[in-house]
Amino acid sequence: MTAPSSAPGNPAPITDLSALRIRARRRRQLNIYGLRVLVAVLVLGSWELTTRIGIVDQFFFGQPSGIARQLWIWITEETALGPLWQQVLVTMEETVLGFIVGTVLGVVIGVLLGRNRLLADVFSIYIKAANAIPRVVLGALFAISLGLDIRSKVATAAILVFFVVFFNAFQGVREVERNLIANARILGADDRRLTTEVIIPSALSWIIASLHISFGLALVGAVVGELFGATQGVGELIYSAEHNFNANGVFAGMLLLAAMALLAEAIITALENRLVRWRPPAVGSEVQI
Amino acid sequence: MTPAIELRGVTKRFLTPSGGVYTALRDLNLTVQPGEFCAVVGPTGCGKSTTLALISGLEPASEGEVLVLGKPVHGIAEDIGYVFQTDAVFPWKTVLDNVAAGPRYHGRTTGQARSMAREWISRVGLSGFEDRYPYQLSGGMRKRVALAQSLINEPQILLMDEPFSALDVQTRALMENELLSLWANTRASVVFVTHDLEEAIALADRVFVISAGPGTVKANYPVPLSRPRNVTEIRMQPQFSQIYGEIWNDLRDEVLVSYERQKLSGAA
Ligand SMILES: Nc1ncnc2c1ncn2[C@@H]1O[C@H](COP(=O)(O)OP(=O)(O)O)[C@@H](O)[C@H]1O
Ligand SMILES: [Mg+2]
Repeated sequence: MTAPSSAPGNPAPITDLSALRIRARRRRQLNIYGLRVLVAVLVLGSWELTTRIGIVDQFFFGQPSGIARQLWIWITEETALGPLWQQVLVTMEETVLGFIVGTVLGVVIGVLLGRNRLLADVFSIYIKAANAIPRVVLGALFAISLGLDIRSKVATAAILVFFVVFFNAFQGVREVERNLIANARILGADDRRLTTEVIIPSALSWIIASLHISFGLALVGAVVGELFGATQGVGELIYSAEHNFNANGVFAGMLLLAAMALLAEAIITALENRLVRWRPPAVGSEVQI
Repeated sequence: MTPAIELRGVTKRFLTPSGGVYTALRDLNLTVQPGEFCAVVGPTGCGKSTTLALISGLEPASEGEVLVLGKPVHGIAEDIGYVFQTDAVFPWKTVLDNVAAGPRYHGRTTGQARSMAREWISRVGLSGFEDRYPYQLSGGMRKRVALAQSLINEPQILLMDEPFSALDVQTRALMENELLSLWANTRASVVFVTHDLEEAIALADRVFVISAGPGTVKANYPVPLSRPRNVTEIRMQPQFSQIYGEIWNDLRDEVLVSYERQKLSGAA
């Protein structure tokens, strides 16, 4: 304690305590940032070093400086497929469209089946069966049936998103507290009001939780769709780098995808904070990853 | 005069998850006169909440008749307010919108509903908290929201299920007095479920004692204490202890039966 003068029965003023705590927390934050940088330096440094002295073959494993150079070239000049921003934009468009289509379908069908016992009993077996097949493979099917334009990528992304959102919406509807439904009905809510004012808001925390995962899945869907045949996009960029045995190009493409995912994650978190303002702040939110 | 609530020979059975049948209420008779404040006491699990669910129409009776304002209950009855045992205010609505829910469901515009809600929020002493979400309120404040949410519909029947049992003693006495003064202005018929006999006597005109499950009305006692009452002061009156002693004689047996059963099933 920094207040040696305070006698027993005369505790340190509260402001002192909270200032202490804030300072401790800030110190801890700084430590964490420092350690994070250290980890990055260690990993990238040993990668760079081992490829330079030849223990690890940079032809197969790339090299951090090479990846940076590749990105720089893509940004300042252009990629094999045209300007970089265009590739990013194409993939982003496919991802966002697939994400929206999958989410809307997942929420609507999830709420519908969650509210209707008969529908749920009839369709549950088919949905489980559909969920059991590895859905990325459907990308090949979409490439055949929808052609090589944006539609096949959107469809692949949407199908990946759909199942995750669907199961969460369905579960969310099922988990609505009976008490709240009873209260709304006593207060005079009809079926429509019950759905819009109780069921959906209550299921929203489940649905939004699924959006974090599903944007990543939409990105996977778009990239896989591009692998099955495309002329533009970050996935196609990675594919063409791979064709040219350009490991650095593959890594650079991955970095781009990661950046896109992080950006989307930030947007979804902001959306979540707006939509579920009514929730108490999570305990120990600092430990979230 | 038609009674406000009448249960005639009501039996309620539940299907248990294991497929058996559990009789929660058996041959229960209960009558509440218009404007009467009734309390229902009984050991835990004797079917008090179930009785309210039957009156509200949330659950159908297995046998017997449930009449509210002279009419048989089919589905949710109109003109009923229900303060639930566990928190049932909507966590995603602010205090204002929680209280405004009833009028909105009854076809008022949001603007009208909100101005009615402001009025009720001030009546339950929550002015200034209109924009808070339930998680930002204390337990007592949430109960006030629930009370305003029910009363704003001006129900002729008010059902309350152990509404104050989770509150500390001081808050509880405060809320009890406020409930009495709010009720004095509405003159609704009230069924107030509690496991606290003192609370029952302090509030009610009549106390029903329910036997250990399957629940049935063992006895009912009029409480001839004058109104308006102050729940803290009324407990000091000699007449209060006399009534208490009388009812407790009945209730104690049921509580013991229920307790012995729980011990048995706990040991099994
Ligand atoms: N939906 C239900 N399904 C099966 N059993 C129930 C159900 N609701 C209540 N019960 C049973 O009925 C009995 C009475 O319950 P309840 O009315 O909640 O008691 P109380 O409110 O007096 O404590 C309890 O034994 C409870 O387990
Ligand atoms: Mg109960």
